[in-house]
Amino acid sequence: MWSYIIKRLLGLIPVLIGISLCIFLVLQLIPGDVISGLLGIEENPELRAQLEKKFGLDQPLYKQYWDWISKAVRGNFGRSFRTDNEIFPEIIARFKITAQLTVMAAVISCLIGIPLGILSAIKRNTWVDGIVRIIALLGVSVPNFASATLLVLFLSLVLNYYPPVGYVGFFNNASVNMKIMILPAIILGTSMSGSVMRMTRSSVLEVLRQDFIKTVRAKGASEKIVIFKHALKNGLIPIITLIGMQIGSLLGGAVVAEQIFSIPGLGLMTLTAINQRDYPVVQGCVLFIAFVYVLVNLIVDILYTYVDPRISYK
Amino acid sequence: MKSIKRILKELFKDPMGRIGLIGVVLIIMLSVLAPVISTHDITEMYTQDKLREPCGEYLFGTDNYGRDVFSRIIYGARVSLEVGIISVGIAAIFGLIFGVISGYFEGWVDNLIMRFMDILFAFPSILLALFIVSALGPSIANTMIAIGIVNTPVFTRTVRASVISVKSTEYITSARSIGLKPASIILKHIIPNILSPFTVQITLALSGAILTEASMSFLGLGIQPPDPSWGSMLNESRKYMEIAPWLAVFPAVFIICTILSFNILGDSLRDVLDPKLKL
Repeated sequence: MWSYIIKRLLGLIPVLIGISLCIFLVLQLIPGDVISGLLGIEENPELRAQLEKKFGLDQPLYKQYWDWISKAVRGNFGRSFRTDNEIFPEIIARFKITAQLTVMAAVISCLIGIPLGILSAIKRNTWVDGIVRIIALLGVSVPNFASATLLVLFLSLVLNYYPPVGYVGFFNNASVNMKIMILPAIILGTSMSGSVMRMTRSSVLEVLRQDFIKTVRAKGASEKIVIFKHALKNGLIPIITLIGMQIGSLLGGAVVAEQIFSIPGLGLMTLTAINQRDYPVVQGCVLFIAFVYVLVNLIVDILYTYVDPRISYK
Repeated sequence: MKSIKRILKELFKDPMGRIGLIGVVLIIMLSVLAPVISTHDITEMYTQDKLREPCGEYLFGTDNYGRDVFSRIIYGARVSLEVGIISVGIAAIFGLIFGVISGYFEGWVDNLIMRFMDILFAFPSILLALFIVSALGPSIANTMIAIGIVNTPVFTRTVRASVISVKSTEYITSARSIGLKPASIILKHIIPNILSPFTVQITLALSGAILTEASMSFLGLGIQPPDPSWGSMLNESRKYMEIAPWLAVFPAVFIICTILSFNILGDSLRDVLDPKLKL
């Protein structure tokens, strides 16, 4: 097992080098250069030379890349062009907020998606199944920003409720924090739950068709045992894969929900940096998110062995 | 692959397929007939009629600049479809080329292409699209390129898997043994036999591409004003939500219905063309 994990971790190195090269090269495509953007109309050759030296932009491309990546692996993503703050500690602080949002969304998604998916599979081809499938399709099709906008509209116009403005950390005031985070978590969770429902349904149905289920039933096991102990347990792998992939995407892709509800997470940090053309921050955020994404996928692979002991990584 | 007539017949047999097909045809008609259906110029600002409620003159009301929301939504359908079709077209063409080369020739070429696709896969899609647009600059063309790049790995993987499976069949071995060149085998024998999963992927990717465009425009990095986009209309509506809720409701309903129609059609088409994948 450990040798598998080490092998997989080593396998991440070329992927991460590729990712960092992609990020670095894509930013070289920017029309005009970063310094012109920073100087604006007060373009002055002396100031330009100073800034180029400060940010290392006077060096050849390969050296710029090497400088950046060799520092990045030691957790030094440089400083922001705009605020001069260190980027890495800021990324970690923002990541904690996004991680809380992601965990809450994933829990909501599982609480809705898995039971309804099982129900849909048990009641296959009945009106219950039909309704669950329509709910799932809506979950997959309704964009986060549309459902969030409509939800805020409904709450403010019909229930006269206004979501709290500003962010408060969980450890500063847990109840206010939960009030702030619950709406975006519901939006992201319900949207994720559509795919979880569909995957749970198809996966449980697939297992229910297999011979060993007939054997379990023939032995006189109750339907509860058949579904929860055998069908769900054996059908969990694709569900876990899907949830893992969704968590990975949300850790960087919750940008829309963060923007709507003004949650200062990693997605919003990246978006702000993109809008302000603060490229070291963009580079750092994108590299960090991609790293977390591949790491989450690895964790999902390792989780398989716990869910299904038949899988062993020797 | 089944003939188009047969596919349509089977789609119409399935109630969900019917709904999806009708929805998609309606959206296509809206965008094609936009100049005929729209009631006002989409950029004309009727300053005396700012934030007017829906009425006979302005079917979906007016926005904060006094522009007609109905006409902007109709033209928004055109923008969404254009971006969706062209970006998925880019992804499909590159995915087909890379997938066929990778699956047919295998070896180091396969390794090189697939590791590059793994790298693209390592980014959440919306983030990768935003990142590419931030480098290229926000515009319709760059939005299409960004969404195209984001979707290419999925097409490459789908095509590669199908090519590997078709390549091991006996008729391909026969084609090789009679001395046909690889280009001829690929064009005449492999591509026609992988069209089913490829077509299903195109339909499913279309809804994703429309969704990504709307999300990017919502975040201000997709379609730029004054071009109408449902995403940017929804974003602008947030400032006037309490006094002009129609500004949020109509674009939201159109986005939801469009994506829903494409998803329903995609699901039904998958059931017709590739029943093994039925959910």
